[in-house]
Amino acid sequence: MSPVEPTQAQSNAEMPHEPLDDGAKVPLHRLAHARAGDKGDRLNLALFAYDPDHYALLMEQVTEARVLALFSHRGASRVRRYPMPGLAGMNLVIDDVLQGGVNGALNLDGHGKTLSFLLLGMTVAVN
Amino acid sequence: MTFLLGSGAGFSGDRTDAAIPVVAELIRRGQPSALVFETLGERTLAAAHRAMRDAPEAGYEPLLAELLAPVLGDCLSHGITILGNFGAANPDGACQVVAELAGRAGFPQVRIGRVHGDDIRTGLASLDLQRWEAENRDLPDEQALISANVYLGAVPLTEALALGAEVVVTGRVADPALFLAPLVHHFGWSWDDWDLLAAGMMAGHLAECGAQVSGGYFADPGFKDVPNLATVGYPIIEVEEDGSLVVTKPPGTGGCVTERTVKEQLLYEVHDPANYLTPDVVVDLTSVEVRQIGPDRVAVSGIRGKPAPQRLKTTVCYEGGWQGEAEISYAGPNALARAQLAAQVLRERLGFRAPPELRTRLDIVGLASVFDSDAGDLQRTSVGTGNGDYRLRLAAEHAERRWVERATQELLALYCAGPAGGGGVRRHYQRRVCTASYLVKRSDVEAFATLFEERSKYHVAS
Repeated sequence: MSPVEPTQAQSNAEMPHEPLDDGAKVPLHRLAHARAGDKGDRLNLALFAYDPDHYALLMEQVTEARVLALFSHRGASRVRRYPMPGLAGMNLVIDDVLQGGVNGALNLDGHGKTLSFLLLGMTVAVN
Repeated sequence: MTFLLGSGAGFSGDRTDAAIPVVAELIRRGQPSALVFETLGERTLAAAHRAMRDAPEAGYEPLLAELLAPVLGDCLSHGITILGNFGAANPDGACQVVAELAGRAGFPQVRIGRVHGDDIRTGLASLDLQRWEAENRDLPDEQALISANVYLGAVPLTEALALGAEVVVTGRVADPALFLAPLVHHFGWSWDDWDLLAAGMMAGHLAECGAQVSGGYFADPGFKDVPNLATVGYPIIEVEEDGSLVVTKPPGTGGCVTERTVKEQLLYEVHDPANYLTPDVVVDLTSVEVRQIGPDRVAVSGIRGKPAPQRLKTTVCYEGGWQGEAEISYAGPNALARAQLAAQVLRERLGFRAPPELRTRLDIVGLASVFDSDAGDLQRTSVGTGNGDYRLRLAAEHAERRWVERATQELLALYCAGPAGGGGVRRHYQRRVCTASYLVKRSDVEAFATLFEERSKYHVAS
């Protein structure tokens, strides 16, 4: 049997140290880091700009409406955003997104721990 | 004088050698200190209650002896207090294990404090309960109820310390209260000095998940690199009498303590940062500052506190029927099409071989899984490489075991009756425990501490 063709898996992440052009569209992952936490069927995503200068960009583009749209396929009902300017970040709290939560979900990841990286896949425009 | 808080474990299942370098550093510094083991998650307690139902001597943290044995003697001989919620559903059982381990380490007279009052299963129905804000389920009926435990605050833990306890064993308490208690005991902080209590709670919050503040659960190669994750150092928090905090870790260990690692943990499982609810204080993080003051040293300041809430959170665990999972792999040429065909066959089979109320989910790992909805929206819209390495996963839930068993058996049958080249089937099923959260009146909870007095049993037994 001939070997399987290699996949493109490793090349999908944009590397962090290349300069960003104005107007470039990049994954949020390029500008920010995040961690997910869960309580019941509620998820929180703490999101922080690597460079505090990008905080305004996050506030402008990572809106409650865009986050709700990103998680709508999972039944998310509400997103509340708590700005944390002193930390160059924000806390996003998403209700009803965990498909029952750690003790109720059929998802492999009942905690929703991987979902910080779903957020980081959101596209943002560098301005 | 500085008080040092060390973390020995951040969840049930954490590394059992993590506490060793932490204790070595606490001893080297020679300052007053405590070592905390946080091993009790929302679902761990339900598992513990179930284990105890099957075997009355079980029900505490299964790894307790493995976690404590390497450090217990050193802690006792150097005056390092140990606190842990490793009592889970059976604090007396855990006390017995601690007594036995201490006896073996040469400390038969160890003073073990045991915290009571978190278990409110008896009489639950007569209590004035409110639903927690994000809870939309009714209280389960009595037969289905497995456990009901209140998140206690630090008060009964300080009572145990006042009794002279060298090791404090609890069931359900708010995780950071395990860290706040030795601070209040040491500094004599008042129970209405909200800013100090908030600082102490946040010291606990930062350390309660172990390495999550010191480089664990953080690395993203090329973006956030972390050195020597295999030997990541668990945190030590330096706390001053005025509530100043510095997060650090033992020298020579892996990991890193940076503003970024601390910020991620600061908001972990927090909702409104202006009102982070704990049993002893409502914490306001809106003015918090995080500052690198040296290598692997980060100062956290500006934490404010507000009066404690009138109600305490209670987690109720109840029988949730059966859940099963089964998986099969397809790899190589045309693997995606074969995995998709397998999923389609399975859907059809379950359509006429299982009752309609069987709840199922199908993932194709490698194409779309953890991000997906139960309905598979992403699976339908994702474009994967045709040749690859995919794993079809079925999850099923039903009140009766037989239907969950039947569902996983249908996946197993893909071996001979499904698409070509499927392999590596694994399947299992288990009882499911569901949890729901309610709020109970503080005045309805009676929490207190006693010294464990059953050491003689050990001596007789040994």
